[in-house]
Amino acid sequence: MISENAITPKLIVRDLSFHYGNDRALNNINLVIPEKKVTAFIGPSGCGKSTLLRTFNRMYELYPKQKASGEILLDGEDILSKRQNLNALRAKVGMVFQKPTPFPMSIYDNITFGVKLYENLNQHDMNDRVEWALKKAALWNEVKDKLKHSGNSLSGGQQQRLCIARAIAIKPEVLLLDEPSSALDPISTAAIEELIDELKKEFTIVIVTHNMQQAARISDITAYMYLGELIEVGNTDTIFTNPKRKETEGYITGRFG
Amino acid sequence: MPNFLRYTRSKLQNWPDVLFRGVTRLSALFVLILLAAIIGSLVMGSLPAIKTFGFHFLVSSEWDPVADQFGALTPIIGTLVTASIALLIAVPISFGISLFLTELSPRWLRRPLGIAVELLAGIPSIIYGMWGLFVFAPLFADHVEPWINDHLGTLPMIGSFFSGPPMGIGILTASIILAIMVIPFIASVMRDVFEVVPALLKESAYGLGATTWEVVWNIVVPYTKVGVAGGIMLGLGRALGETMAVTFVIGNANSLSASLLMPGNSISSALANEFNEAVGEIYTSSLIELGLILFFITFVVLALARFMLYKLAKREGKAA
Repeated sequence: MISENAITPKLIVRDLSFHYGNDRALNNINLVIPEKKVTAFIGPSGCGKSTLLRTFNRMYELYPKQKASGEILLDGEDILSKRQNLNALRAKVGMVFQKPTPFPMSIYDNITFGVKLYENLNQHDMNDRVEWALKKAALWNEVKDKLKHSGNSLSGGQQQRLCIARAIAIKPEVLLLDEPSSALDPISTAAIEELIDELKKEFTIVIVTHNMQQAARISDITAYMYLGELIEVGNTDTIFTNPKRKETEGYITGRFG
Repeated sequence: MPNFLRYTRSKLQNWPDVLFRGVTRLSALFVLILLAAIIGSLVMGSLPAIKTFGFHFLVSSEWDPVADQFGALTPIIGTLVTASIALLIAVPISFGISLFLTELSPRWLRRPLGIAVELLAGIPSIIYGMWGLFVFAPLFADHVEPWINDHLGTLPMIGSFFSGPPMGIGILTASIILAIMVIPFIASVMRDVFEVVPALLKESAYGLGATTWEVVWNIVVPYTKVGVAGGIMLGLGRALGETMAVTFVIGNANSLSASLLMPGNSISSALANEFNEAVGEIYTSSLIELGLILFFITFVVLALARFMLYKLAKREGKAA
């Protein structure tokens, strides 16, 4: 379905099903997430798009009774396999959530928290890394003079960019964004969207969004989901202008969902 | 017409409001009056002892009802030492209990365990005291104290803290019983505050690849430090003032000894034991002064805790 020339698949989802206890939330999902593109999951609430996102770093495993079956290949390796080291997986697949979640510590420490888990950097290299991550997240100029201040002292939009900086500081390969701007005002949202456009040069980005305009603006690939099924996936332009399925068209034009 | 209606309504609604405000203000005032009355009567009651012994009361360990010579050093130290050791034991264990309950325990075990902790908190202290005296102390004397004597008692420097006859009752036993008593309090407060940490915050840390320990130590604890400190202070307050259980197992000896295995005394158990038989103004007054000191210690501890939290908040506020 994805007919872009020479895409490299980063994540390949094969026959993925997901259960919350006895309730099936995802049904036989098959999907390819291309490298260094933005892939957006859209669909009405409860369609399973967040659930799908949370299988990519196995966040669901924090909770008992949540189970995924099938295969998710990250660079060809099945991350759902029991042998997969969770911490190593999460170092490769970073995540940013609906609401900004600064840790209860300074801006500087927020960034170094994740880095310290994997790397033993000296003070100088660590400072460089913090600066690099904050610059990538377009936050450096706003916080460079108050790195020792609490992460909670920032505005909502800044906090969310701090969370993005924190996620990319450990140099992941994939960045999962779960409705990253749903709690933000339009200006902060615009800042985040610009940032995503910048970040896709280096990271594979998967974003869940409620906002269809947002998906249309920032994504290369769009996947429409409904009731745990992947209804249609394709180039964003095609999905929004010429969807193949009636359901997709209904949702996109606002007649349904 | 609507204006008129509103007017009458506000007039009518006003008096319950005024009454309500008055009643609540009176209730709040009652607390202050009560506090002042207690402090006042303690001070009045201890005046004779204060006049007779002065500052010497605090630094003398002499306690001789026959000669009417009293000094509070032994029970003061006993109270502080037992409460500190109790916290030293209780805080890590409570931390473990509450962490297990909130982060690690399988779901089916959570409720029963949580209820068990709350039941422990509800056991009357006299039962802890009886259990301590009849069950724990003999076992402790037979199996633990000889070991402590042999292994810790022979160490240089700290050896003298751990040597002495294995009697079962004494400062260390009282501390352990106290620890057992305050664990449920500290643990249930800690559990409550750990539970309010937003799931998203924890997920963010897990999402960076942090282990459970790293999430707890770096995220959960800093996020809840005020509540955790509050729980510890609650436990400390209880440990300082606990009377019956301590009286049973502390040995009630008014002698100062370096060894934790030796009997000692605490302020509250001295009061409980001796008030009945206190004859003469100075004796009674000395006991009341002991009460005043306990009140003061508790007050200072709570004030220090508040101050610490205030400083913490201020440091963060400055950073914010």
